[in-house]
Amino acid sequence: MTGTTLDDYTDRYAQRVAGMTASEIRALFAVASRPEVVSLAGGAPYVSALPLDAVGEMLARLGTENGATTLQYGIGQGTLELRERICEVMALSGITGSPDDVVVTVGGQQALDLIARLFLDPGDVVLAEGPTYVGALGVFQAAQARVIHVPMDADGLVPEALEEAIAAVAREGRRAKFLYTIPTYQNPAGVTLTEERRERVLDICERAGLLVVEDDPYGQLGFDGEAPLPLRARRRNGVFYLSTFSKTFAPGFRVGWILAPHAVRDKLVIATEAQILCPSAFAQAAVTAYLSTMPWREQLKVYREIYRERRDALLDGLTDLMPGTTWTRPGGGLFVWATLPAGLHSKAMMPRAIAARVAYVPGTGFYADGSGSQNMRLNFSFSTPERLREGVRRLAGVVEQELALHAIFGTGAGLAPPSRRRGHAGADAPGPDLA
Amino acid sequence: MGTPEARVLVLAGGLSYERDVSLRSGRRVLDALRSAGVEAELRDADASLLPSLSVDPPDAVIIALHGATGEDGSLRGVLDLCGVPYVGCDARAARLAWDKPSAKAVLREAGIRTPDWVALPHDRFSELGAVAVLDRIAERLGLPLMVKPAQGGSGLGAAVVRDASALPAAMVGCFAYDSTALVERYIPGSDIAVSIVDDRSTGGPVVLPAVEIVPRNGVYDYAARYTAGLTTWHVPARLEPDVAASVSDLALAAYHALGLRDLSRVDLIVDESGTAHVLGVNVSPGMTETSLLPMAVQAAGLDFGEVLARLVERAAGRVS
Repeated sequence: MTGTTLDDYTDRYAQRVAGMTASEIRALFAVASRPEVVSLAGGAPYVSALPLDAVGEMLARLGTENGATTLQYGIGQGTLELRERICEVMALSGITGSPDDVVVTVGGQQALDLIARLFLDPGDVVLAEGPTYVGALGVFQAAQARVIHVPMDADGLVPEALEEAIAAVAREGRRAKFLYTIPTYQNPAGVTLTEERRERVLDICERAGLLVVEDDPYGQLGFDGEAPLPLRARRRNGVFYLSTFSKTFAPGFRVGWILAPHAVRDKLVIATEAQILCPSAFAQAAVTAYLSTMPWREQLKVYREIYRERRDALLDGLTDLMPGTTWTRPGGGLFVWATLPAGLHSKAMMPRAIAARVAYVPGTGFYADGSGSQNMRLNFSFSTPERLREGVRRLAGVVEQELALHAIFGTGAGLAPPSRRRGHAGADAPGPDLA
Repeated sequence: MGTPEARVLVLAGGLSYERDVSLRSGRRVLDALRSAGVEAELRDADASLLPSLSVDPPDAVIIALHGATGEDGSLRGVLDLCGVPYVGCDARAARLAWDKPSAKAVLREAGIRTPDWVALPHDRFSELGAVAVLDRIAERLGLPLMVKPAQGGSGLGAAVVRDASALPAAMVGCFAYDSTALVERYIPGSDIAVSIVDDRSTGGPVVLPAVEIVPRNGVYDYAARYTAGLTTWHVPARLEPDVAASVSDLALAAYHALGLRDLSRVDLIVDESGTAHVLGVNVSPGMTETSLLPMAVQAAGLDFGEVLARLVERAAGRVS
């Protein structure tokens, strides 16, 4: 036999590997990393705003003065010093928790993976906002769980829709394991669950016996006043609180955490030891030193001020330039969620955008079922206000051309979206390195 | 075996839709050259390229850029201006081969079979009325049809249209990649790729074993091209000896008709009756782990790095 597939392992992969294929959208993001392209596609914080000289000196001392511990293994749960600092950080959001119940993780992403390991068997149902964080979809898919999306509006997750989703799962004779939610400055939608809805969502979940996994990477990054208190600040039981220093300090350290109900904490530690042994001692020491010796609250203000200005630039650009499109108005965080004119498909439009030297993430990357084809996520944290406006100007030209083309061919409104994604949601979203 | 002192610059990346593929090709070429003992470095084609070429010119350039810059002749023209030799055909031939409708016209004129086609910019549809034009195309060429960007590669923007009602959407999808669409009669059959290298000082270009492509899902799209395991490649292609010979002759005829040089890949379809039709040629063929030219080189019992080294040597010796 002369045939080869160039992959001798095809018949040996686990089922969850199906769908891990090369993606033309991923390929287009390779172009977005070039400086000629205005990238609205990333999710990177603007770490250049950090006092890099001072941070650098701090890091050097960690090696020279504390190398014997910072370069060593540590305990799986993470250092007590860092867990104490984490509790101080959470206290700013009204969360009271014991350092004993905190598990330090490798970014928020490992926190999600631990939750999936503890609670998800293949075929289990997870409820999540639609759209939701693409990295969470990747974790749930790897756990072979089924994600059912619950719609949002400008006030966040719609409680009635949540009740309906719970009931629909129950009608199948099943029970969803948990609700995964990013209630504050949601990624990708940019909306925030209102005060009133927070209580209702918690009540609904409590009644249904549904655990709540609250992902809160952006809660400290509000620029239109304070966000409502996190869900975990309202209920201790049944709520897992996940957060990270990736957006409030720097993602390069890969330090996040889970605050879990006490009974679960030990299992999380066993699971994390099986997965990674322990989080990086050096990275933990760096974050601890940053929180202990540097003006991190002031730095948060710096980030907020920069992001507020950039959000305004993006929204002003959209208002002035963008034809037929609607968008959310985030009060914090990093993202705006835009809805294109009927009939336009953000994924199909990507090559035209790349040719115009602008990039975004197609909405399909944020749905397990490949819906979201009319949407796109726009990031405002990384580019300067001038670049953001230029990006919107280019994007507006792309939308105009696409509308003109649909007019010529009589396609557009009513046209079925292009073929649904074959693979995983991540195939429609960039890798973590794209700024 | 390269000339010990030859220094090669491999260009990869660029701003085309195939940047990612190009980066993979470039790394593969770099590794192969180094393993053949050639001093080589890899760089992107960006604003720092020309200054570095004038400060420290390499003996030759290998263009592993796919998409416009690497294939439309423009970069080759600039390298000519800089007096830097490169592996591959000249700017004029590249321009001709890159534009599929132009290449098809040349092939047909040379008596080489290529599927019937029409190429239209999107403006023409608005001037003449899209419905009328599409009806005429479907009537004249018949269904199914292949719609693809007039310029571009890796199957991006291409679609098979089996039902006339799907034609408008396919056109819109195609025009996202290019302002001109090539609509071709779709010929069912085996996908065959024939690589040709001309790395010897005598004897002329050599036709390497044909590669037959069998995508698992029936469509050789982007995922099928670049995901190991999604496509089965047969080298040599499972063709009757007389068909294999005619495929080889046709590919070589296309190579000569388009004035190609050094290395290229000719893509063909062999229909059910065993007749071969040329779809197009690549002047900067993919060099990735799943690409067809390196596969053919290996099947011919040659070492990829040594073939590249000889091509570099020939290029470096060319008066530019």
